[in-house]
Amino acid sequence: MNNENVLEVKNLEIDFETFAGPVHAIRDVSFDLKKGETFAIVGESGSGKSVTVRSLMNLLSNNAVIKNGQIMYHGENILEKTDEEMQKIRGAEIAMIFQDPMTSLNPVMTIGDQVSEPIELHQDVSKKEAQERALQLLKRVGIPQAEERFKDYPHQFSGGQRQRIVIAIALACEPEILIADEPTTALDVTIQAQILELIKELQVFNDTSIVFITHDLGVVANVADRIAVMYAGQIVEYGTVDEIFYNPQHPYTWGLITSMPTLKTRGKLLSIPGTPPDLHEPPKGDAFAARSEYAMKIDYEEEPPFFHVSDTHAAATWLLHPDCPGVEVPREIAERFKVFEDLRKEHEIEINTAHAVPDQAQRDPKRVKEGANE
Amino acid sequence: MKSYTKFILRRIFYMILTLFIIASITFFLMNLLPGTPFNAEDKLSPEQIAMMNERYGLNDPIIVQYFRYIGGMLVGDLGVSFQFNNTPVVDLIGNRIGPSIQLGLQALVVGTVIGVIFGVVSAMYRNTWLDSSLTFLSILGQSIPNFVFAVLLQLVFAVWLNWFPIALWSDGFASTVLPTVALCISPLANSARFMRTEMVDVLNSDYIELARAKGLSQMAVSFKHGLRNAMIPILTILGPLAVALMTGSMVVENIFAIPGIGEQFVKSITTNDYSTIMGVTMLYSLGLCLILLIVDVLYGIVDPRIRISSEGGD
Repeated sequence: MNNENVLEVKNLEIDFETFAGPVHAIRDVSFDLKKGETFAIVGESGSGKSVTVRSLMNLLSNNAVIKNGQIMYHGENILEKTDEEMQKIRGAEIAMIFQDPMTSLNPVMTIGDQVSEPIELHQDVSKKEAQERALQLLKRVGIPQAEERFKDYPHQFSGGQRQRIVIAIALACEPEILIADEPTTALDVTIQAQILELIKELQVFNDTSIVFITHDLGVVANVADRIAVMYAGQIVEYGTVDEIFYNPQHPYTWGLITSMPTLKTRGKLLSIPGTPPDLHEPPKGDAFAARSEYAMKIDYEEEPPFFHVSDTHAAATWLLHPDCPGVEVPREIAERFKVFEDLRKEHEIEINTAHAVPDQAQRDPKRVKEGANE
Repeated sequence: MKSYTKFILRRIFYMILTLFIIASITFFLMNLLPGTPFNAEDKLSPEQIAMMNERYGLNDPIIVQYFRYIGGMLVGDLGVSFQFNNTPVVDLIGNRIGPSIQLGLQALVVGTVIGVIFGVVSAMYRNTWLDSSLTFLSILGQSIPNFVFAVLLQLVFAVWLNWFPIALWSDGFASTVLPTVALCISPLANSARFMRTEMVDVLNSDYIELARAKGLSQMAVSFKHGLRNAMIPILTILGPLAVALMTGSMVVENIFAIPGIGEQFVKSITTNDYSTIMGVTMLYSLGLCLILLIVDVLYGIVDPRIRISSEGGD
């Protein structure tokens, strides 16, 4: 991984026109994707993660209106491209793996044809050559007896095998960017691990940049280099994997992490109370305030800006404002802070206060102890 | 694949059984009609009628007549027509089947092909003015009976514009244009509406999104990936559409003075021409059964899942 950005999303705002009025699905989202990295977008259903990545391929439904923003790819704005121009990029330079392998393959077309189709479309090769390459791809993604199965139909394969075929289709033209929209959600846990391994392996092979969407933090921990947490159409926190897992700052991220069951979990599973806000009229201030036990008066009045914790880590919560009184963080989060401290000492990670913006607040170690002693 | 052939053979056996049942029911129903073939002939004296009835075996018990008829049918003898000078019904049908089949097939092919294209276009541009106008036209085509179109077409293209003959069969292909158009409106409208619904469904499916993500154009996605999937349910309505064409053609054949089966069928009913009624009924039934069989075979060709699952059947 280097620091070259292959994709930059700037101030993206997307509405959906509905009979009940516009839904503000994406509200000022910005992020960038670096060469060879895996950038995960995490959030619950309806947080706008799928809409965000579909906009990267300019594949939004007809009622979507892009209100603002740019998606810069090789110096050009994807959102301004015509459908013909996008057709050259889709599948060739930016490809996508879909959520449900049971429905994402065409039931009346052989898998050989489905895998060779993008090669024939984007590369100047004969049909025979395309089929030969498709066969190699199927072998590489681990379809047993690929030669014999080349002319089989999707229903003759298991879910995990179908997802391997979908991956083969996505990687057919060795794309620069791969979008993975919850690629393991519909699979068994054992198959999940295999598919994640496969994606990682192929990523190294092609030096592909991946945007990985999921609601499963366990999956993220496995694959991601950096994470953005999305809530109600906005990114509320972003950082490296260690920063999000061991030094989370936004109450929503705390909620996500504490509702993840661990081996120690006994009895009741934790969840975040309430439901996400109606995005017809997004709430004033912090959208998570109504569900947060840490909400302050200002959370209902003014939207929090991003407060930087490090060069790579920022969260949009008033809790990081210097004037904010200390809060007691959940016990599990406090334990994670300790791990983060240890990690920092061990590896001497430079979470450098000097480089951060002046109003950033370093978490008070005393509060952490209070939380831990609770 | 082997058991798919088995499945088709079984379907053919059921088809023959069905035809036999239809023959039996029609035979007894027909005998419930008042009168005999010779009532209409006012010139005949009662003695002569009795003689004729005796000669054609119409005085025998119904059950005897029934077995005689079925027996004849098995060896390809459908009896002779009372109305048309003792011409064997087989010849009668043979002489007139050509125009009917030609018109029926032309109308079915033209109607479903154009209907399917309209449906796909409607679905691709759904909720636009194009979709709305095609839907409006389809509803119009579905609700107006074909004889109205027939008369309108005659008025506009034969009387006013003089492009086609008004009601003349001897002009070759030109004679078939207006009746074909009149006949194809209903299958066209039906398949367009059905296709639109199916296609809207298919275009919302995940594999269509994946095809878009491969970089295919909207056109290629709709026709290469969408059409074949949306065609599967369309096959189901082909049968009923073909039936509608058969029955619809009777009136249209009359309007355009086409020497086809439909015209003869109507005539044979009004004159109690038993053997002709039976012959034409059996012909229609056979046609329908064959179309349903073809549809079943087509299912297997279009949808690979059916080929495989039928293997598990036996």
